[in-house]
Amino acid sequence: MSLKLTESLQKTVDSLSQTFGEKVIEVYQSSGDTFIWVDTDSIIEISAHLKNELHYIYLSDVFGIDRYTSEERFEVVYNLLSLRDQTRVFIKVRCEEENPEVDSVTSIWPAASWPEREVYDMFGVTFRNHPDLRRIFLPEDFQYYPLRKEFPLLGIPGSIELPSTTPDSE
Amino acid sequence: MKLTDIQNKVNSTFFKEHQKRLYQSLEDKHTTMEELDDGDPLTTKMVLNMGPQHPATHGVLRLVLQLDGETIEKCKLDIGYLHRGVEKIAENKTYQEFMPYTDRMDYLSPYSNNVALCTAVEKIASVPVPERAHYIRMIGCELARISSHLLWLGTMVMDAGAISFFIWTFKEREKIYDVMDRIAGHRFTVSHARIGGVANDLTDEAMGSIKEFVEAFPKELKDYHKLLDRNRIFFERNEAVGVLKTEDAIASGATGPMLRGSGFGLDIRKVSPYLRYSEVEFDVPTRLEGDNLARYFVRMEEMHESIRIIKQCLNKLPSGPIRTDNAKQAYPSKDEVYYSMEGMIHDFMMTDTGICPPDGAECYHAVESPKGELGYYIQSDGTGHPWRLKINAPSFKNLQVLENLLDGEMVADTVVIIGGIDPVLGEADK
Repeated sequence: MSLKLTESLQKTVDSLSQTFGEKVIEVYQSSGDTFIWVDTDSIIEISAHLKNELHYIYLSDVFGIDRYTSEERFEVVYNLLSLRDQTRVFIKVRCEEENPEVDSVTSIWPAASWPEREVYDMFGVTFRNHPDLRRIFLPEDFQYYPLRKEFPLLGIPGSIELPSTTPDSE
Repeated sequence: MKLTDIQNKVNSTFFKEHQKRLYQSLEDKHTTMEELDDGDPLTTKMVLNMGPQHPATHGVLRLVLQLDGETIEKCKLDIGYLHRGVEKIAENKTYQEFMPYTDRMDYLSPYSNNVALCTAVEKIASVPVPERAHYIRMIGCELARISSHLLWLGTMVMDAGAISFFIWTFKEREKIYDVMDRIAGHRFTVSHARIGGVANDLTDEAMGSIKEFVEAFPKELKDYHKLLDRNRIFFERNEAVGVLKTEDAIASGATGPMLRGSGFGLDIRKVSPYLRYSEVEFDVPTRLEGDNLARYFVRMEEMHESIRIIKQCLNKLPSGPIRTDNAKQAYPSKDEVYYSMEGMIHDFMMTDTGICPPDGAECYHAVESPKGELGYYIQSDGTGHPWRLKINAPSFKNLQVLENLLDGEMVADTVVIIGGIDPVLGEADK
């Protein structure tokens, strides 16, 4: 698929692929948004480059995606906005199902602190070197990660029983 | 204060592990800056739990403050008391079915939330939207902005000590509810937008009430200005309170009036115009001071701009259909449903399966809600339900700023600062 990039996005993609080469795994577009899938272990260097060289100083959001049955099950997406060029770019990293771990980018964008806690709370992805990695919405005593696909919509295992769904007459 | 001291005093009875970690993280905050703890010989230090049931916290927000006398040394926020898991619910609903849930996210401006979801779904599934629907949505969004800002104004001034003001702004909000009633048939949770357009056209009565409101409201706004703009008590409570510098605001991810009050004029309506915001004229109010007073002026001016936008929309409002006429993309009109077999089938199909964006498509679309950038990220797996739907909530981001903004402030200013940030916990807690 050919990419239709604006000038500033083209600059971003070129600069990243020149500096990091193989570590930029894939660049693709969907519905007009640009996604860059990068190597998980070099997220800190890439983030620093994005912020210092390419002026992506505003981190809008960090969120997780559960790819379930696929290889490298969890995906963490960084939603970045360049305030100078007013372009938005999404950086993606993937991690394994067993012990998912990503380096925290709070040292680069302090705004990442709460969103990363949310990803940890919802998917169980831990962030290395996060200053305060606690659950954010659910209490610390809760054992599950609710946005994982295997978590049921109703009836948390071991919690209060669900009301009976069979009619009274039976 | 030592963790053990706190725990001996507090003696939590529920979610013990959670309380322990929370107090632990309070103790750990700024540990590098702390000098030797001399054991607090004058016993001026205490840990104060504010909320979750506190009238000034605009919902169920819990603040854990460590005080030294009347100064806040450090503060931690505990949110999640209103967590309903809407993102999980979204994965099990069709896109249209999910819309009533968005009403209950930022329940002070439901219309913006509806539009945010609809524009995101329209982007991912490439649904065309008729021109008239765009303008109706813009009118709805701007009315929602005024309504939300009025609530903020009333509660913030009430937090600063003036009770009667709250009643006056609520009188105006009541009028907006009546207008919404005439536009959508609901006063509060409107759910008026539909994927591919809006639910119903504006009636003459609705048009009349919008025009009436637009004419009458600036006069009220002038009165508010007269009361507050040079009010000494109001100034003393708000000036230089909760100062957020521009670079801190950007680094910590502040959004909406918080960011604009700190000197950076980021407005999604200008950065990436959606609906027809590129066709109307409006300014983005920005202030440099970054204190609570700056946020006050920014929001007040935004209300003026909203009125300006609504007036232009009323002038430009084109005639034509209000929803796309393609049964695969949007609900058919009710006339069709009631009087033709096909319409009935299409209506059933839309309710049962809904609109199916292409497999693997992803999109992010943000709108400028009254609180700031409200974005929806959608990933589709080709079915009628989203594979992943992420809501980028502005209140959540602004509350994150609050955690560091409160350090070093006076405890009496806490409620005013929270009022100035204007968080809605329904949105922050998802």
